[in-house]
Amino acid sequence: MTMITTAGEPLVRWYWIGDHLGELAHYTGIHLRLALLPVLFGLIISIPLGMLCHRFRWLYPPTLTAANVLYAVPSLALFMIFVRYTGLTEQTVMIPLTLYTLSVLVPNVVDGLASVPDPVRQAATAMGFGTVRRVVQVELPIAVPVVMAGVRVAAVSSISLVAVGQLIGQGGLGFYITRGLQLDFPTPIITATVLIVLLALATDAVLVLAQRLLTPWARTKGAKS
Amino acid sequence: MQPGKGQPVITFDAVSKQYPNGTTAVDNLSLEFPDGGITVLVGTSGCGKSTTLRMINRMVEPTAGTVSLDGKDISTVNAPELRRGIGYVIQHAGLFPHRTVLDNVATVPLLLGWSKKKARARAGELMELVGLPANYAKRYPYQLSGGQQQRVGVARALGADPPVLLMDEPFSAVDPVVRADLQAEFLRLQKELHKTIVFVTHDIDEAIKLGDKVAVFRTGGKLVQYDTPENLLAAPADEFVAGFIGHDRGIRRLSFVDAAALPLHDGPVLPDSAPVSKARAADGPWVLVTDAARKPLGWANVTALPQDGTLADATLTPLGHTFNLATDSARAALDAALLSPSGLAVGVDEEGAVAGVTDAAAITNGSSGGDSQ
Repeated sequence: MTMITTAGEPLVRWYWIGDHLGELAHYTGIHLRLALLPVLFGLIISIPLGMLCHRFRWLYPPTLTAANVLYAVPSLALFMIFVRYTGLTEQTVMIPLTLYTLSVLVPNVVDGLASVPDPVRQAATAMGFGTVRRVVQVELPIAVPVVMAGVRVAAVSSISLVAVGQLIGQGGLGFYITRGLQLDFPTPIITATVLIVLLALATDAVLVLAQRLLTPWARTKGAKS
Repeated sequence: MQPGKGQPVITFDAVSKQYPNGTTAVDNLSLEFPDGGITVLVGTSGCGKSTTLRMINRMVEPTAGTVSLDGKDISTVNAPELRRGIGYVIQHAGLFPHRTVLDNVATVPLLLGWSKKKARARAGELMELVGLPANYAKRYPYQLSGGQQQRVGVARALGADPPVLLMDEPFSAVDPVVRADLQAEFLRLQKELHKTIVFVTHDIDEAIKLGDKVAVFRTGGKLVQYDTPENLLAAPADEFVAGFIGHDRGIRRLSFVDAAALPLHDGPVLPDSAPVSKARAADGPWVLVTDAARKPLGWANVTALPQDGTLADATLTPLGHTFNLATDSARAALDAALLSPSGLAVGVDEEGAVAGVTDAAAITNGSSGGDSQ
């Protein structure tokens, strides 16, 4: 395997990193965009889909199965399918990644809505909330902690998956992994891998912080009313 | 308790609710809820009392009959609009966990399109009304105790000053001490507000304590008796109601007789400055010893008095408790008589000074004669 490095070649040559700082930053930006826009799109699809599944329970099992089947299709196969329509573009990477997030986000939206205590839903109705207003002003905000748990999983998995997009030339930091393999030079491979892991950790931390700001009312555990 | 103007505000006319599976929750109910009064619906679980309540704000639609509010058939009114004019309080308060206490209370004014500022000012007033400190405004529901949450629930229901208030077992989920507090507070509020209140409970004691009128339901959604608490205790309609009330309704009825109506006599009462010889001269084995202001100190047993000196030197047996002529009922007086070592209950005036004494027989005779009807 080409992974096995030439004898005497160190794992990391630090000067290489110093020489490529600007380029690394550029690819990190692309990587984030390729990974996180799909999570955003996935959320935009999952919220109405999850609401429908919550409202019409019979819809949930087939929807969840469909999302899981999509998740099981190898990314390479999906890239090859979409390449026919969208070419070697970023869309070709982002569409499959968006579809992948559904298997996490849809169930979390459904569970989040189910986490709204029944007395709360009833009180809202009895106060005179119409259906739409109740969902938007009461049920969705209360579902936020459970939905955010799903967003965190989707974001981290998406950040790690983007690298595969390098197979069609759109892989963010994945670029350095193939490059390192081609040159039999481990430094870019290790640098990119570490950066991807750090990106995942940082994104997760930002999401945790965002959730705290969004839901000050859920700060303490076990505080169900 | 302040009975209202009396004309019906909510009317049930031959109302039934049947579920598709064939169960009848409410069976041919005709009932009028008087203006400005508390009507309590009481019964065992599954008797249709909550269903009845929820038909008033269209949370449940009847399968037959008409429910009217101020003479208007409510099925012709848009449900959310109808509900904004009817306060609703439920067992676990059902507060919005993601909103602060202040914003919870401001819910209905905001739904009615008030400005945020005006709605919050109103919410602040309501918090004060139900006895919540102003510094709770910014807290979230999870930071409150069950009793405090229920106060917020009541304040929220009063948001738009609705003439009608529906309360579904609002005090059932809190401990007995807090419940008694909330009940007392609730009666105080109602004295001030004169709302038309429909109150559901499974607790007959609560029904009798709070209701101006009580409707007793039986399983299957049948109304068995609709009466004042006094009449319910005096004349239960049938075995079911009698059994539901329990075997102490005679004693409980005394709650409706004011202690002021009881016959009192002066009794053997002496100040602690009196010489013991004076106590020996009293007829009967017990003498009530008071201080200079006639506040009761305890009972002195005549056979166990010191040789000489004043009653201040005597060993006193504790009173048990006294009853207040201005605020207590004959039930408290009877209890005081039963606990008193002399068998005499001590009645005190508002300053706590002894007004007279009475015994159990006089209390029960006096109560059945001078009925509160």
